[in-house]
Amino acid sequence: MSTETTTPAKPARTSRQRLGQFLSDNGALVGLVVVVVAMFIATPDFLTTTNLLNVGVQAAVVAILAFGMTYVIVAAGIDLSVGSVAALSAVSAGWIVGQGMPGALGLVAGPLVGLLAGLLSGLATAYGKLPSFIATLAMLSVARGLTLVISGGRPQSMPDEISWLGSRVLGVPVPILVTLVMFAITAFVLNRTVFGRSLYAVGGNEEAARLSGLAVKKLTAAVFALSGLYAGIAGMVLAGRLSSAQPQAAVGYELDAIAAVVIGGASLSGGQGRATGTLIGALVLAVIRNGLNLLNVSSFWQQVVIGLVIALAVGIDVLRRKTS
Amino acid sequence: MTTSEHPLLQLKGVGKRFGGVVALRDVDLSVRAGQVQVLLGENGAGKSTLVKMIAGVHEPDTGSIEIDGRPVRITSTRDAESHGIATIHQELNLVPTLSVAENITLGRTPSRLGLVDRRGMRKLAQEALDRIGLSVDLDRKVGTLGIARQQLVEIAKALSVDARILILDEPTAALTRTEIAQLFTVVNQLRDHGVGMVFISHHLDEIAEIGDTVTVLRDGAFVDEVPASTPEPELIRLMVGRSIEQLFPRRRPDLGEVLLQVKGLSSEGRFDDVSLQVRRGEVVGLAGLVGAGRTELLRAISGADNYDSGTVAVGGRQVPRHDVAAGVALGLGHVPEDRKTQGLVLGASVEDNVGYATLRSHARGPLADLAGQRRRAHQVSEQLRIRLNDVRQPVRSLSGGNQQKVVFGRWTLAGSQVLLLDEPTRGVDVGAKVEIYELINAVTEAGGAVLLASSELPEVLGMSDRILVMAGGRIVGELTADEATQDSVMSLAVKEVESTRVH
Repeated sequence: MSTETTTPAKPARTSRQRLGQFLSDNGALVGLVVVVVAMFIATPDFLTTTNLLNVGVQAAVVAILAFGMTYVIVAAGIDLSVGSVAALSAVSAGWIVGQGMPGALGLVAGPLVGLLAGLLSGLATAYGKLPSFIATLAMLSVARGLTLVISGGRPQSMPDEISWLGSRVLGVPVPILVTLVMFAITAFVLNRTVFGRSLYAVGGNEEAARLSGLAVKKLTAAVFALSGLYAGIAGMVLAGRLSSAQPQAAVGYELDAIAAVVIGGASLSGGQGRATGTLIGALVLAVIRNGLNLLNVSSFWQQVVIGLVIALAVGIDVLRRKTS
Repeated sequence: MTTSEHPLLQLKGVGKRFGGVVALRDVDLSVRAGQVQVLLGENGAGKSTLVKMIAGVHEPDTGSIEIDGRPVRITSTRDAESHGIATIHQELNLVPTLSVAENITLGRTPSRLGLVDRRGMRKLAQEALDRIGLSVDLDRKVGTLGIARQQLVEIAKALSVDARILILDEPTAALTRTEIAQLFTVVNQLRDHGVGMVFISHHLDEIAEIGDTVTVLRDGAFVDEVPASTPEPELIRLMVGRSIEQLFPRRRPDLGEVLLQVKGLSSEGRFDDVSLQVRRGEVVGLAGLVGAGRTELLRAISGADNYDSGTVAVGGRQVPRHDVAAGVALGLGHVPEDRKTQGLVLGASVEDNVGYATLRSHARGPLADLAGQRRRAHQVSEQLRIRLNDVRQPVRSLSGGNQQKVVFGRWTLAGSQVLLLDEPTRGVDVGAKVEIYELINAVTEAGGAVLLASSELPEVLGMSDRILVMAGGRIVGELTADEATQDSVMSLAVKEVESTRVH
């Protein structure tokens, strides 16, 4: 990743340094630019409005999951259940509507189911003292199982209120709008609220946070509840796009969400991470998938490429931190 | 002394820059066989940079390193090892879950046909232990040993690879008096065997006891080389660059009403039926051996840990048990034993760290008052003279003394009236120590109360108005500042341990 090419020909020394600092603080952004340029060179179909909106829609579900995951990772936890919880939320919404309830109620109930599932993981982690890896691994299985039980393994049809999430407003796909709203909320909560600032302390050093009087257990439980809520919303968007809730939807999405957060510069040991980084991380993944599709690369090889990209992105980040 | 006319190790005019910062310039140091060379200087004086040069972590930019009179380059820790240099760092390099024998032979485990040769391993390990006269069970897991014995195991491990030059980086920081005596016995044996040693310590009283000569560094530069018998005030003057008239500048204000009242506090296996009170303007010292229950008591009072029975009250209002936030709201401020693992979020900024206790109380609804947090961080770092470039810099980049002041700053901002201080000057250099003592004075002069636990007896004696001695989880004696001496405190602390023991 050369920074030379983007530097103006005769820059003042300080502005060059400032640019260097900006680039090293925003490694993920540089990565995104590189990937976009590479895809544009490889196929002219990439940089069209239609395709870019397509990338946005493809990124949406993972991005929303990843915003929720950002809270968890900043607080030094991990949430493996988000994919299953998204599916459970969607199927629950479908089931409620199937019982004759209004569609709007389904739209509200789905995310609430996600919130509840996340809260259970959070309580098990904060008060049951299970490692979050284990608590959410259990929830991954429980939520997927309940999804199959509720749906009987059959897709649930979605009411108009939820299918609307797959439509467009003023030409912009609704999943993109939902993603932007969730991004703004996440950035705001992490940067500006007492809750958000406290998470960085909890993730950076839980004991120091506790001895300063922060309510570490409540914060921990809340973080997983939030992640569950985000997963519920992602589930609605996914079901809206497909106009149906698939019991096998979003399998493995937790890994993409974690990858997006980590590519965005968060540390799995906690105390670091930003909503902006996560958004960029999700876009990097979506751009690569989309580009490889345009280039007719088989989905089998796509998995290989994505894995290498994750290793590369985090590897570069580790090196960057070591040298700075 | 050996017959060799050259020192084992000699550094001539070495210097090192990191970016724009000069960490070390033109420093000389020589280590002779059978000699303990003490390296003295405040935090940030360049001791660790110098040690890292010898250990092969950093290469000097200028100057030269000679071993046995021949110039060498030490570019890696492996190089250092091959020159017979071993370093015992403050953070020990042992694997707690492996046995003593496995740890000592780690990296060169004897094997036959790819299988561990257990008998060979035990033999090697036993030889290493014998060499320093240490007797521990070879099969015991290292993590189950006390910190002092772990350190001795590490020394045994270092010497078993034929080290001739041993660097001990603050080896006594975490040890009790008896453990230090045990360490010094080993150091003396090694001296007799002709090992050359570099010894770093913040405890001036240890220098005369164990050292031969002292190299003093200040601000990255060589100041002087003096005999270890140099009187302490002179050593301080060399180290700090000015004379400190009073190491313990305690000024006693008039006492007010009782502010902290602890009644019958008990916690099974930790402390038993502890009652005490601290008045406005008063510093009460908690003395006792390691394991006497001082830290546990302070943690229980602050709400960090739960307790079984008893009450804690601040200004007549009872503090709910095991609730740090409630304690903070009532005016308790706890400076924990280990600032790195309990006091600070090292990767977070100074402004965040001083602001954690006040994040909620200054918030507008759910919104954090970020501008106010920054303004208050500026104020408090000026008030406490925390030396920093920017309140946004990570607290990790500050020196130990300034890090500790950040923890104090948190409670200054929170308006804490009662400070519970646990080893407040551990790992802090002399200059910063005096500044922390002045902070204690400022707290009591403003009508606050301080409960001060420390294993540095001179500190307890010098800064307290009244001293409570703990042993085996109980308060076994109370002495006024005037009647307390090291001997009177120690005889209380030791005697009771023999007669009453919790468990």
